[in-house]
Amino acid sequence: MADDFILQTRDLVKEFKGFTAVDRVNLNVRRGTIHALIGPNGAGKTTVFNLLTKFLQPSRGVIVYNGRDITRSGPAEIAKHGLIRSFQISSVFPHMTALENVRLALQAKHGGSYQFWRPGKVLERHNAKAMELLQAVGLEEFAQVPAVELSYGRKRALEIATTLAMDPELMLLDEPTQGMGTEDVGVITELLRRVAKGRTVLMVEHNLGVVSTLADRITVLQRGAVLAEGSYQEVSTNPEVINAYMGGAHA
Amino acid sequence: MNRWLWIVLIALGLAAPYVLYPVFVMKLLCFALFACAFNLLLGYTGLLSFGHAAFFGGAAYVCGHALKVWGLPTELGILLGAAVGGLLGLVFGSLAIRRQGIYFAMITLALAQIVYFVALKSPFTGGEDGLQGIPRGKLFGVIDLEDSLNMYYFVLAIFLAGFWLIDRIVDSPFGQVLKAIRENEPRALSLGYDVSRFKLAAFVMSATLSGLAGATKAVVFQFASLTDVHWATSGEVILMTLLGGLGTILGPMVGAFTVVSLHSKLSAIGSWVTVIIGITFIVCVLLFRRGFVGELQHLLRGQFGAEPGKPQAGGKPVAVAQPGSGGKH
Repeated sequence: MADDFILQTRDLVKEFKGFTAVDRVNLNVRRGTIHALIGPNGAGKTTVFNLLTKFLQPSRGVIVYNGRDITRSGPAEIAKHGLIRSFQISSVFPHMTALENVRLALQAKHGGSYQFWRPGKVLERHNAKAMELLQAVGLEEFAQVPAVELSYGRKRALEIATTLAMDPELMLLDEPTQGMGTEDVGVITELLRRVAKGRTVLMVEHNLGVVSTLADRITVLQRGAVLAEGSYQEVSTNPEVINAYMGGAHA
Repeated sequence: MNRWLWIVLIALGLAAPYVLYPVFVMKLLCFALFACAFNLLLGYTGLLSFGHAAFFGGAAYVCGHALKVWGLPTELGILLGAAVGGLLGLVFGSLAIRRQGIYFAMITLALAQIVYFVALKSPFTGGEDGLQGIPRGKLFGVIDLEDSLNMYYFVLAIFLAGFWLIDRIVDSPFGQVLKAIRENEPRALSLGYDVSRFKLAAFVMSATLSGLAGATKAVVFQFASLTDVHWATSGEVILMTLLGGLGTILGPMVGAFTVVSLHSKLSAIGSWVTVIIGITFIVCVLLFRRGFVGELQHLLRGQFGAEPGKPQAGGKPVAVAQPGSGGKH
């Protein structure tokens, strides 16, 4: 049955100078599902995320992705194996056009990025695919617009298109709807539902509305440790979870 | 870069020695190449090196020594100088690249100071006197470079080749990744780009081309001195780049011309030159923050209607400019 899990952690620990931010976390992300990581502020969600994506090195424990131990791999290396993350603050290349943003991901996937002697025109072979991806997120009209000029929601959509260009097996999304108005939240939720088909998604999310509509499985963290795990129905009725949310920050 | 700009640039280069003193123009070209090489790193990769004089001056010494003592042909001596610049760049880069911002700048400065110390103490550099009497020799064993016009066109060819290469690197798939790293390093990393390797490659390229400029300068003046490896030269190349326009292809060239011209026109008034250059710099920073060329580009773009606007602190939806504003510099 272990093969059913695309990503697993075993007793993952991260300590910062005597403070334990992540305490023996065991995560099991099942292939083909949307898995949400929730918890009150300071529960260690983002730290777990940074550990999984290798932006931080764990103090102890093991991370297994697709049956490979990636505990000591670098962030660029795991990206090449199809584990792609997004960031809490929308993460685009601001002074490049939407098309160029997506093309950078296609370029990363198809190689040739060390070719300093070839003209930029060779990248145009990615244009059709890039336009297709922009279309998938509803940005085809904005292909030639620098990312910095896009609205917040569109930047998020662009980021998703860029992530999709890598054809990820596992997408890790760090608070995809953070800082958005209700309207944008709806649009992005719908978009995520669409792009998650045939992939696995692990997301950190504050918005419980989004979690309840999207997530197949939810892990609740509190003070760096797993408090509960299950479907939305199960965790939302769990008294410990209710207590953690009421006693902690308002989500 | 635009074909017409190339034609104008080449035409100006060909005509210049008939209007201006050739040695002066050669100096302009050497520093322009140096600044363009530096801009490849600061403007297009976002790395501030404070040690580029080591590549410029180090190459000048090695090239001078190779021509004078080993009797190498001029063209090989210059290539050797560039190679030494690149090698030093590899050493500097490997040690500094994992550090960010000010720490990166400080490590490059410290390493450059070591090179300066070596230049000061080594017997082959001539210490305080510098390495004098470097022969210009004959190009490919045929063209006499003692003739200042021959020398000029040789230097122009080196400059244009170096500048073409930089223009190509900036435009290439590799250059696109460098820009991505400058724009958003964590994102580039998360897309699977080995950021450190790209930075190191850019650093070595920049150092090699700086070495090419330094070696050429040594042949032009038949002289390599401590000034070439001094930290003030590292500072000057930063100044040139910022003055002309960071991250623009022509900016560093304009900046280099401005600074070198100011130095030479004002040399009569002695040490006041530094004060005047300092004031020029302050005025420029206050009036045109994007540098001469950067500001000009901004104005031109404004005229075509697409208002690029300052980076917005996300949150508010931003009105969308019409497509077709390019996005290339």
